[in-house]
Amino acid sequence: MTRTKHAQTCDPVLLSVLQKILPDDAIVTTEEERRVYECDGLPMFRQLPMLVVLPDTTGQVREILQLCHAHKVPVVARGAGTGLSAGATPLADGIVLSLARLNAILDLDPQACTARVQPGVRNLAISEAADPHGLYYAPDPSSQIACTIGGNVAENSGGVHCLKYGLTVHNILEIHLLLMDGTLLILGSSALDQAGYDLMALTIGSEGLLGVVVEVVVKLLPKPVLAKVAMAAFDDVSKAANAVGEIIAAGLIPAGLEMMDGPSIRAVEDYVRVGYPVEAAAMLLCEMDGNQVEVESQMVRIEDLLKGCGATSVKIAADEAERAKFWLGRKSAFPAAGRISPDYYCMDGTVPRRKLAQVLEGTAQLAEEFQLTVTNIFHAGDGNLHPLILFDANKPGELKRAEDLGAQILLLCIEVGGTITGEHGVGLEKIQQMCVQFNTEELEQMHRVKEAFDPLQLLNPGKAVPRPRHCAEYRLASGMKSGEDPHAKD
Amino acid sequence: MPRTNCSQALQEQILQALSEQKTLQPCGGHSKDFYGRTVNGEKLSCAGHRGILNYEPKELVLTAKSGTPLQEIEAILAERGQMLAFEPPHFGPGTTLGGVVAAGLAGPARAYRGSVRDYVLGVRVINGHGQILHFGGEVIKNVAGYDISRLLTGSLGTLALLLEVSLKVLPLPEAETTISMSCDSTTALQHMLTWSRQALPITATAWYRDQLYCRLSGERSAVHDAISLIGGDENTDGSIFWTALREQTLPAFTASKRLWRLSVPPTTLLREESGEVILEWGGALRWCCENRHLIIDKTDYWDYAKTVGGHATCFRGAKPGTEVFQPLPSELLALHQRLKLAFDPKSLFNPGHLYGTTAATGL
Repeated sequence: MTRTKHAQTCDPVLLSVLQKILPDDAIVTTEEERRVYECDGLPMFRQLPMLVVLPDTTGQVREILQLCHAHKVPVVARGAGTGLSAGATPLADGIVLSLARLNAILDLDPQACTARVQPGVRNLAISEAADPHGLYYAPDPSSQIACTIGGNVAENSGGVHCLKYGLTVHNILEIHLLLMDGTLLILGSSALDQAGYDLMALTIGSEGLLGVVVEVVVKLLPKPVLAKVAMAAFDDVSKAANAVGEIIAAGLIPAGLEMMDGPSIRAVEDYVRVGYPVEAAAMLLCEMDGNQVEVESQMVRIEDLLKGCGATSVKIAADEAERAKFWLGRKSAFPAAGRISPDYYCMDGTVPRRKLAQVLEGTAQLAEEFQLTVTNIFHAGDGNLHPLILFDANKPGELKRAEDLGAQILLLCIEVGGTITGEHGVGLEKIQQMCVQFNTEELEQMHRVKEAFDPLQLLNPGKAVPRPRHCAEYRLASGMKSGEDPHAKD
Repeated sequence: MPRTNCSQALQEQILQALSEQKTLQPCGGHSKDFYGRTVNGEKLSCAGHRGILNYEPKELVLTAKSGTPLQEIEAILAERGQMLAFEPPHFGPGTTLGGVVAAGLAGPARAYRGSVRDYVLGVRVINGHGQILHFGGEVIKNVAGYDISRLLTGSLGTLALLLEVSLKVLPLPEAETTISMSCDSTTALQHMLTWSRQALPITATAWYRDQLYCRLSGERSAVHDAISLIGGDENTDGSIFWTALREQTLPAFTASKRLWRLSVPPTTLLREESGEVILEWGGALRWCCENRHLIIDKTDYWDYAKTVGGHATCFRGAKPGTEVFQPLPSELLALHQRLKLAFDPKSLFNPGHLYGTTAATGL
């Protein structure tokens, strides 16, 4: 998986035209500087690109695409490079199109509750700009300090508040999309629907394979009057998983419902000291938001429900400071893992909530089989698991074992009726497992969609949707019968 | 295995039609036959393809065959204290799940709870090659592959035949109240926009015949607080009003000869219309009920909608064979045609239901 190719040298003709389109500091040619772009947030996949360009206007982006289209040079669009599925890994014969310099908030309309932004604007910067108006942008991926809205659109990013407020697709109104040949399409609008097909929804989550997003109109929401969070400790993981279903069954939709297992709790508490129950086998963070009376009465119900499900303790954050502390622990989960292990590998599968306990148990068994430690900290309310595989890349064979274990965990997710990715995307990382989740005809249909947008296959080729031939090889290698429908459909 | 047999029977009919070079018109309960351009094709009925396949209230997910009556789905959800949050219109007793998703029409709650596609999690379809395909699934978060389920939502059956749909469902609110107040349309729009900026439990707003209606849903205490904040009088006939608005049985609708649907940015200033106007969706949806002789040219609506950044649909009463949807810019229309080819290269399904056959391929 970590094989890299020798990066090609840029065609001097192409380079000379690029130099006419862009200022000198917007073209990265030296190997040293290109190294910065060789991977995204999943560093086990690396590839030095042929060239990196950093345009700062939509017009430049358009010209770059037209030029690459004419020269048949593949293009990988990139935001902040925080993606976790190697979706922005460069190509040895391709250009990395960084959109980081298109970072202006073009308009914020508090009357309409919308913001028009360029793709390189950071997720959190939108909420910060909206804050004086009592508004915010709801999707909040863990990387929100750094990740860009363009990347969020490409990945259909989620966050801890998806259950109540939805994913990126539920919070975007309009997208300006450049096709590979430079055609500009305006998809969606500030009206609530559009004539024709919902191409905006199709584009969101398409991992940069259909077009390049150059402008986005996001929906802003009024900030809730009050949010309260409960922290519940359990002496058994399955009791915590069961409590998740019981909360939903009671007709409550928490703003956030997160779960951590014992090892994660202890790693976090060692790191940030936020008062987590270190003796617990699992804990839940359950946040409700709304108006004062509503939240107060819901918290009483939540507390009763959690205790009824066997919580050994339930603590409701007394004030904003304590609430922030509870969430700080959750947000520190990755760096905390980084302290106890030289390397970690974050997985991302979604399963039906009723299967949570079963999958956590299955994951633990697999971890034992592969002789690696897996900790779990995830969006339990959405059934979105993030098993964190701890390993040491310096120990021979451990990286490979971690990758194999990750692949097995994804297969387990499919087996129980789930999916190989809830919010991180497929990228290069999960391209094999796509062959298991989808059959040949389904993948071919996806390729025909790609061809309708990008007939020359120049945008982020090789990511997200595997070639059926690639799958045939994978199935052969993994012992599946050739041509066999990989998932029982009836 | 009735599920397989039923899908197979539909697949066989499609393969048969393909070999005979026929066109097909997928249909369910015939409740929305008035909607979209008229299609000449053999009817392919999905009404017999019915039944709920999976419903787990704790998962907030329901999967059913496309021919399942909407009434049946709503009844089973209500039994477990849940609902389809996007409140699809029925427009008749027989409306089916497949029709709801293919039309992609949501009810009064749209601006506050989301659209049909916001709740579609997965689909099983037959494409124009006669292949049975499955996209998405039964989980809330799923980004594996292109989001084809959402592309097909609202595509009016022009890309593929829906066999099964998985939807996210939500709990019914504990309390629901409608308040109303007398005011003109400009004041009503101002109120709607002001409320949208506040964290209020509003789930529908509308203005009809000098009355502004606002529905509040949620925890009893939250609804109660919001009533005192918003003002107006509690309207005991609220639920009757919202149903009549959704089903277009209000007198203004039934009296209209031609009904226009204007979907615009909510902050768009109101303009003088030739017929009676009804506002909903916090101002983002405006119905124009033309009831005089049709003197207004369709392009008037399309030009206006384009100028304000929205789109207009001749929802009911268009002359057969004429255009009903907002014309698309040429590059966007070309992409629509390429996508039609990607799913249905022989133009098997509903050719010309969206746009006319001026180019080689009707959509």
